[in-house]
Amino acid sequence: MRASTRTEKIWWTVITVLVLLYALFPVASIFATSFKTPSDLTSGKFLPTNWTGQNYEQILVGSAQDLFLPALRNSIGITVIATFIAVVLATLCAYAIARLNFPGKKLILTTALAVSIFPVISIVTPLFNLWRNIGLYDTWIGLIIPYLSLTLPISIWTLAAFFRQIPWELEQAAQVDGATSWQAFRKAIVPLAAPGVFTTAIIAFFIAWNDFVYGISLTSTEAARPVPAALAFFTGASQFQSPTGAISAAAIIVTIPIVLLVLFFQRQIVSGLTQGAVKG
Amino acid sequence: MASITLQNLVKKYGDGFPAVNDVSIDIDDGEFIILVGPSGCGKSTLLRMIVGLEDITEGELLIDGERVNDKAPRDRNLAMVFQNYALYPHLTVYENIAFPLRLAKGKHSEEETNKRVQAAAATLELTEHLERKPANLSGGQRQRVAMGRAIVRQADAFLFDEPLSNLDAKLRGQMRSEISQMQRRLGVTSVYVTHDQTEAMTLGDRVAVLKKGILQQIASPRELYEEPTNIFVAGFIGSPSMNFIPGQVENGKLQTVLGELEIPQHKLDKAEGKKIVMVGIRPEFFEDAKLVDEAKKPLGATFTTRLTHTEWLGNEQYGYMDFDPAPEVRDLLNSLAKDLDADELKPQIVVTLDSASRIRAGRDAELWVDTRKVHLFDPETGNSLTRDPEAGAALTQEAIQDRQDEIEAARSEANASGQQAS
Ligand SMILES: Nc1ncnc2c1ncn2[C@@H]1O[C@H](COP(=O)(O)OP(=O)(O)OP(=O)(O)O)[C@@H](O)[C@H]1O
Ligand SMILES: [Mg+2]
Repeated sequence: MRASTRTEKIWWTVITVLVLLYALFPVASIFATSFKTPSDLTSGKFLPTNWTGQNYEQILVGSAQDLFLPALRNSIGITVIATFIAVVLATLCAYAIARLNFPGKKLILTTALAVSIFPVISIVTPLFNLWRNIGLYDTWIGLIIPYLSLTLPISIWTLAAFFRQIPWELEQAAQVDGATSWQAFRKAIVPLAAPGVFTTAIIAFFIAWNDFVYGISLTSTEAARPVPAALAFFTGASQFQSPTGAISAAAIIVTIPIVLLVLFFQRQIVSGLTQGAVKG
Repeated sequence: MASITLQNLVKKYGDGFPAVNDVSIDIDDGEFIILVGPSGCGKSTLLRMIVGLEDITEGELLIDGERVNDKAPRDRNLAMVFQNYALYPHLTVYENIAFPLRLAKGKHSEEETNKRVQAAAATLELTEHLERKPANLSGGQRQRVAMGRAIVRQADAFLFDEPLSNLDAKLRGQMRSEISQMQRRLGVTSVYVTHDQTEAMTLGDRVAVLKKGILQQIASPRELYEEPTNIFVAGFIGSPSMNFIPGQVENGKLQTVLGELEIPQHKLDKAEGKKIVMVGIRPEFFEDAKLVDEAKKPLGATFTTRLTHTEWLGNEQYGYMDFDPAPEVRDLLNSLAKDLDADELKPQIVVTLDSASRIRAGRDAELWVDTRKVHLFDPETGNSLTRDPEAGAALTQEAIQDRQDEIEAARSEANASGQQAS
């Protein structure tokens, strides 16, 4: 590797700043909006003239609380359960795909891919009818199942690719070193597989957390309605006021878990952890 | 410390292909056995069967007289260095080496673990890398970590699968003598797989030569070199390889492409009844006729030839000459080449000459060959006709005696220094 020159460094900095601006400007804008008073919304300025917490008050303890808090609870519960199931199933499936040779291995992978290329919008109407008939409409399970169809394929693919890279000989090395089969798995394989599982979990969580179409179509009350759908039901204090400020505040709040999740697991998602185990 | 007995071991993989076929070896307590053979001949498979990672299809494996066919690897108490290192990438070098000690919970105090890891690291020159991760090490360093993990334990036997293959020549020489001394000091039974001629010849008490899963010969390096049982072993052991040229016995002499060779009568007798024999002559049996002692000259044969080219290496030089083999031996030579892992064997004779020799390519040169040492092989079976089993057995017996003396000496030395210390 050669050291990069000064001009190169400057260019990289410029590009990085541009990309960051492009990606973060909307977030910053929503953040600013969430602190604006309703009258301030149309002021055309980026920053609020008066910083106010009234939007947060409104959704957390005020008039919109009945809409937002149950939705937040639904979102967290449904997403966590869906992610958990997806990761467990995908781990087992990917393990089999990576380690065993069985007929139909290809079929599983292609089916998973085929499932994920169906546009959500084309399934949602039949699903709506079916769910109403069998009583899954407006329930947690009624959302968890479609979320699994979104998260499972990508989880299986990511994990299978990840597991294929694990040097499974390490298990044998550990056994020769005096480990039982279980110890060998836990001490030599799990530490290498964990980052892949965490990465997959985060991806699955994002997908379920951000879903809007299923959330709005398959729910009708606060029994199961997740946040992205609930935002659509926000109203202003009067019908002439737009609820933009409250929606922004809610958007900021639902972003927090994602940021926390990434920060928390960042150390786990280190790539290249399997390097150096075996030759070549 | 343990003896290991392999009785008619067979390994068939799923496709029914026998990777190891009917191999029997008695490994004595404290013995250093080398496994050699071309790539894919089943060396790693055999090692993995001994350590317990590969099921034994047929045959018996005994450690200290006890059948261990069905024992898990951890119950066999053997240490192994894998061909591809198999290091734990999430652990530091220190923890990699300490791994086997940590698994034996409660057996080793923290202090003792540390002492042992430091000692192993010092032996392998890894002390300054102890806190690094395997990913940041060079191939040679990784290989040494893998060695460290094996020697840190008090295993009953060491199994090495080409442990030095990634080191540079200097480090390899250093590690080779390190392994050799360590093995003698600990007196621990060792099985060592290698491709390297030097390692095979210098490290082992006995060397087992495998070909396509079948044991060809197991004997001391000297016996292999001087009394090979067949053309494969003769060609595999020694570098550069033995030359094989066709020969015919006619009125008490051997007619070859080198001309008429007069060889000892007892060797000629063995070739009786064969229309054609393969004559095996090691490169070092040749010499520049000008440099041979007059007293020695009549013991061999002198002939004139032209070398196609020569290579001067400082301590000696190699000369090459081509010859045109008869069609009936060409097939044999080709199949031998395939067995030996080479591409088509060039019908070429390699000779080793003294570095002082002035013989140059393209000019007529007079060479001398020591005909007392030539080997004769049956071209159909490849078996040696001139092998003297008794002389061979005597050579191997010598090596066994040497080993016992060396281990004895190492032990009494260790005792002496131990008494001094206490
Ligand atoms: N898991 C396996 N399944 C099927 N065949 C195998 C398997 N492992 C090895 N073999 C076959 O067994 C034979 C012996 O392989 P092995 O790895 O023991 O060779 P080797 O002597 O160690 O070679 P090298 O010097 O290249 O390491 C080869 O022909 C190989 O194709
Ligand atoms: Mg091998």
